[in-house]
Amino acid sequence: MSAQIRELSFGQAINEALRQEMRRDPNVILLGEDIAGAAGRAHLGFIDAWGGPMRATRGLIQEFGPERVIDTPIAEMGFVGAAVGAAMTGLRPVVEVMFVDLIGMCYDQIANQAAKMHYMMGGKVEVPMVIRTAYGTRGDKRTYGGGAAAHHSQTLLSVLAHVPGLKVIVPSTAYNAKGLTIAAIRDNGPVVILEHKFLGIQAKGHVPEEPYVVPIGKAKVVREGADVTLCGYGRMTQLCIEAADLLARKQINAEVIDLLTLNPLDEETIFESVRRTHRLVVVDEDTPVCSMARDIAARVAEKAFDHLDAPIKTVTAADTPVPFSAVLEALYTPRVEQITAAVDELMG
Amino acid sequence: MYERMSLIRQFEERLKWLVETGAPVGPVHFYTGQEAVAVGVCAALEERDWIASTHRGHGHCIAKGVAVTSMMAELFGKVTGTNRGKGGSMHITDIRKRILGVNPIVGAGVAHALGAGLSAKVRKTKEVAVTFFGEGAAGIGTLHECMNMAAIWALPVIFVCENNGYSQTTPFEYACPVPNLADRAPAYGMPGVIVDGQDVITVWEAAVAAVDRARSGKGPSLIECKTYRYYGHHQSDDTKRYRLAAEEEAARSKDCIKRFRERMQRNGPLAISELDDIEAKNKVLLDEAVEFAKTSPLPEPSELYTNVLAPEKDLPA
Repeated sequence: MSAQIRELSFGQAINEALRQEMRRDPNVILLGEDIAGAAGRAHLGFIDAWGGPMRATRGLIQEFGPERVIDTPIAEMGFVGAAVGAAMTGLRPVVEVMFVDLIGMCYDQIANQAAKMHYMMGGKVEVPMVIRTAYGTRGDKRTYGGGAAAHHSQTLLSVLAHVPGLKVIVPSTAYNAKGLTIAAIRDNGPVVILEHKFLGIQAKGHVPEEPYVVPIGKAKVVREGADVTLCGYGRMTQLCIEAADLLARKQINAEVIDLLTLNPLDEETIFESVRRTHRLVVVDEDTPVCSMARDIAARVAEKAFDHLDAPIKTVTAADTPVPFSAVLEALYTPRVEQITAAVDELMG
Repeated sequence: MYERMSLIRQFEERLKWLVETGAPVGPVHFYTGQEAVAVGVCAALEERDWIASTHRGHGHCIAKGVAVTSMMAELFGKVTGTNRGKGGSMHITDIRKRILGVNPIVGAGVAHALGAGLSAKVRKTKEVAVTFFGEGAAGIGTLHECMNMAAIWALPVIFVCENNGYSQTTPFEYACPVPNLADRAPAYGMPGVIVDGQDVITVWEAAVAAVDRARSGKGPSLIECKTYRYYGHHQSDDTKRYRLAAEEEAARSKDCIKRFRERMQRNGPLAISELDDIEAKNKVLLDEAVEFAKTSPLPEPSELYTNVLAPEKDLPA
């Protein structure tokens, strides 16, 4: 296979980004629970038994050793806080909080400490750290009947995007996962990367071997169209593209924006699109109250109202905890038919 | 005790078979190997006493008397399940059996048991609260906060550590600098004992002593049960990546069910044929449970939106 068509999965792309940045900068270290696995058992022939929920850190301990790929006890508040202290003293830690549902276990260190340290000290200290965390439900794309329920399926990104001082990014493909992860590690402040657990085969694709940056703070128009703008992130971008395919059969040309960064939000790309399409549907996997969907709707209503021909629509998760039963989880999670129905209402 | 140990073992083995044959039960963490802990501790409790469980909670539920029919239905996501299909394996529970929850946030349940102990003291009920937690929770701040509060307030709380040696793939000897979690108990001002968690009688005896102490107002205790999980962290974890086969064999040779049968064969009072009858009855219970789960209805779509906020019944005027 030639380098031009080399394809990686989402997890492999993140793994490559971490590996290349660790080679480039000896100050980059990894911290987290079972990011390698079988900690301390190399003498028994065991190493690298786990590698994180998506195996994105597998193999790294073999190249960089346990001094830089550090398995922690289950102690989120402690090791995320340790990353803050390590970042203030010269390292560039990349911590893995296994699932975003565990953000509550370390929210003080993220929201009060990492995010605000630079501001509170009058700009005299920098906290260059990355928090990687897995999120999301399988939705209706399932291979088994029950999901991971209320404590292992959440999206919870609005409680991160809400905090001034944090950058929050959500890759959607292997290509942008690698570029955004590298950008996050090189950033001089705290960056949270939300990695969807079930992007699947659709996220797989061409990833150049050399390191590259996908800029933080820049959304991407992934499909051009003149009739309506569909705005998503992560797996929701996949849903928007599927909806655009269905709408095209009805002669409706939908433009799809992949947000990629939630904070700082690339308002201009959204406004520019709405100025051409005059209609907007925002698709958000998080629950609706105080959500990105409504934040974006409010910004467009405030700053681009004159360009709208119809009300802004939002498609979000249900305003409930994530249920276990597959039939309920499928209803909880945003679906393609909700997007097309929203567009039908706007065009009607 | 044998009945409950056997029921847990059979439940998990049946579940494992269901998972392997593609039944829709979601992610599961098998309790197999640790049965003596849940059963030994719960045998020392009264019905009115409380327990808080972990992500590996099927055994605790069965030991506290939850019906396997409604448990199996829950795992199938059915409305007849213990949680109406809303919880699944990682939340499977029955508050009527005084279980404060099965909880996949490590250490969270410890605080709930502390609260139940506080509640019992305030309400003067003489109820006792037990928290089961894995040795992986030993590194979580909540555990330390709660052991401290339980001791300063002399609460009727029993901290039961199920030390199966591994949090996912991380060995206890890596994650904890002392060989026994119980070694820390004196520093919190409470007694700590180490027991063979694969011997149900030993676990039960330690639990009886801790329950006596708690119920008589003398305060909390820590019981560290050395045990072993026979399978991986969850259904798709391969233990060969971090455990030696010899270690697994050694643990299985001390199997709690096997040893109970040997004990009965040596000293009675139960005959092996009686134990076999228990096994046969449990098999029937599980056949019924799977049938019930398969034939039960799925939740209606409206169920998604129910139980989100507390009902407005009985509000004071």
